[in-house]
Amino acid sequence: MRNAYLRTIKRMGSRKINIIDLFTGMLGESKNISIKKKSKTVKSNGLKTIKKFEVKKLEILDINGNCNKKLMPKLSKEEIKKLYEFMILSRVFDEKALNLQRQGRLGVYASMRGQEASIIGSAYALKKDDWIFPCFRENGALILRGYPMHQLFMYWGGDERGMQVPNNVNSFPISIAVGTQTLHAVGAAYANQYMNKKVANIVYFGDGGTSEGDFHEAMNLAGTFKLPVVFFCQNNQYAISVPRSMQTASETIAQKAIAYGFNGIQVDGNDVFAVYKAAKEALDNARNGKGPTLIESYTYRLGDHTTSDDAKKYRNEKELNEWLKKDPIARLEKYMRKNKISNAVYEKKVLENSSRQVDLAVKEYESTPLQNPEEIFNYMYSELTPELKEQQEEMLKNLKEENES
Amino acid sequence: MANLNIVDAINLGLKQEMQKDKRVVIFGEDVGKDGGVFRVTDGLQKLYGIKRVFDTPLCESGIVGMAIGMSAFGLRPVAEIQFEGFSYPALDQLITHASRIRNRSRGRFSCPLVIRCPWGGGVKALEHHSEAPETYYIHTPGLKVVIPSTPYDAKGLIVSAIRDENPVIFFEPKKVYRAIKEEVPEKEYTIPIGKAKIAKEGSDVSVITYGSSVRDCLKVAETLQDKYNLEVIDLRTLSPLDTDSIINSVKKTGRAVIVHEAQKTLGLGAEIIARINEKALLSLEAPVERVTGYDIIVPLPKREDLNRPTEKRIIKAIEKVMNF
Ligand SMILES: Cc1ncc(C[n+]2csc(CCOP(=O)(O)OP(=O)(O)O)c2C)c(N)n1
Ligand SMILES: [Mg+2]
Repeated sequence: MRNAYLRTIKRMGSRKINIIDLFTGMLGESKNISIKKKSKTVKSNGLKTIKKFEVKKLEILDINGNCNKKLMPKLSKEEIKKLYEFMILSRVFDEKALNLQRQGRLGVYASMRGQEASIIGSAYALKKDDWIFPCFRENGALILRGYPMHQLFMYWGGDERGMQVPNNVNSFPISIAVGTQTLHAVGAAYANQYMNKKVANIVYFGDGGTSEGDFHEAMNLAGTFKLPVVFFCQNNQYAISVPRSMQTASETIAQKAIAYGFNGIQVDGNDVFAVYKAAKEALDNARNGKGPTLIESYTYRLGDHTTSDDAKKYRNEKELNEWLKKDPIARLEKYMRKNKISNAVYEKKVLENSSRQVDLAVKEYESTPLQNPEEIFNYMYSELTPELKEQQEEMLKNLKEENES
Repeated sequence: MANLNIVDAINLGLKQEMQKDKRVVIFGEDVGKDGGVFRVTDGLQKLYGIKRVFDTPLCESGIVGMAIGMSAFGLRPVAEIQFEGFSYPALDQLITHASRIRNRSRGRFSCPLVIRCPWGGGVKALEHHSEAPETYYIHTPGLKVVIPSTPYDAKGLIVSAIRDENPVIFFEPKKVYRAIKEEVPEKEYTIPIGKAKIAKEGSDVSVITYGSSVRDCLKVAETLQDKYNLEVIDLRTLSPLDTDSIINSVKKTGRAVIVHEAQKTLGLGAEIIARINEKALLSLEAPVERVTGYDIIVPLPKREDLNRPTEKRIIKAIEKVMNF
């Protein structure tokens, strides 16, 4: 078995699938719809087992910074440093954003604290030509891909120019409407394939996102058309206040892929090596015509849902403390020290460098003058309609008169 | 009597209806343990248990579709859609089914459900959290659309919405959720659906509005009080529209300004003007003015105000009809 190195976390073999003859409505055994010819059909209670499934979990780096060498992906010391540096940069960006929000210098913000390995590990596995379809909790992935940080601050600060993804960054705009972007990634995958571009498309969403109809339609379409999409679920255990266990009766999110006819895998989302490895393999498969993959990145949101939320209302400190021990950055730091990839001087330098970059971005964000008023009209259509032109002129005239009075 | 804001007033109305009517159930995203992201359902799960107040998975179409089945089979579901901008995944269930089950079954089934939904802009939020999508719902035959603007009305209207035999979309203007406080009786009362309210009586011009704009229009009435005597009409129900109240006011004043934050084209203002034309054209001293959002996507917070019917824009429109 290709994934023999993975721990099996869920066996579904004990569940039987009855074959019902569609025409007579009778329970029958006339058709053998077993997909793998090799798989044995075992009789029990008079019913044949026609399909067994397993759900695997990939874990490489433990909380003490020890790694399973057999599973370790090929990464040079320089590459490991890059992963670390982007994870630190993400955390520094995050902390700054939360601070700015508290001071009224930024709008509502969704923190990625605790999910840095999940975000950076997956984004680092992308090739430059690949595309990402983010939701709202992947600032780190966008930064890694080259989205200027000051523009991200602009976005979260309520300036529409922050939404304009630079031309050299292969990312669709941030999707606030949960789950919807999964379908866009499927369409993009179809288009890319149609144009013979050998690129993969990764779409991010949360555990909550898997409850939306769009997610299921996207999974079904991707499976049916065998499209080059990687569905990357950041299962951070909560959708605002709703815990994962109340989001779905599925014991894992990874297993949802099975119903749609492709591979699903769970990874330790706080283990950057595991995330990277799973994402790389899935992206390679996508590029090589092997169709979609669902990755469930099992992680935890250490902060509030957003700055408008108070997580204390619905989750306890004990749980939080357990997850604090699994911090993805601390774990990588331990590994790097043990393996002489880093030391205190290096760590300090990375932190200082990140702070400097983030501070510069804040400066640029805050010194950017307000967007010109007329701009709010300019992207409704390819060109202004006559009615919009009239409304735009009326607004400008009003503003001028207000300024004069 | 207690001094309550809109959040607390709706909460009280829900609580009392739940107490009185075992068929009432509340559900939606984060409405249970969290008490709703705006705390409108706070404490209700504790009082009535998770069978009657429950968190759902994240699925708007599922929430509304399920409410349809529940209402047709004897319950009185009050479902929450977390923000107006996330009501669109549920549009299919509302337009294709909730609004039509009565007609489709020739009266055998009906959908006495309530969809509560925080509504409107001016709260400095992310995309989809500041919209005014009422036209989609007003335009759908079979749905009622309600939007209180004060705590007193909010309590009376939520009770009426729950008791109504038809599907009701209950929008809650989030900008004034906590901004207005007033005495709200503990004792049971209802405000009829389909009846507008004269929020301030006047004689010079009828300012017709709803939602958080009511407060802005009342402020304008105060600002201009030495100059003009404005009549401010709070529609409270957008569908069915209280045409009589509009027409009576316009016949009295001879002038009208309509204020809403929804887009201009096919915004409710357009329909109101048409009804004035049909029923009170000859009473008009000046063409009716509209102060609305432009026909654009609501801008993000830094530039959102440009699109809002601000007091300045309302005053300008009033000057225009007064000086025609
Ligand atoms: C369609 C839709 N419904 C509701 C919301 C409001 N909302 C924003 S985030 C969120 C929870 C999302 O949970 P999850 O998918 O697990 O992502 P996470 O926030 O945990 O990263 C909700 C309900 C939304 N943005 N979009
Ligand atoms: Mg989540």
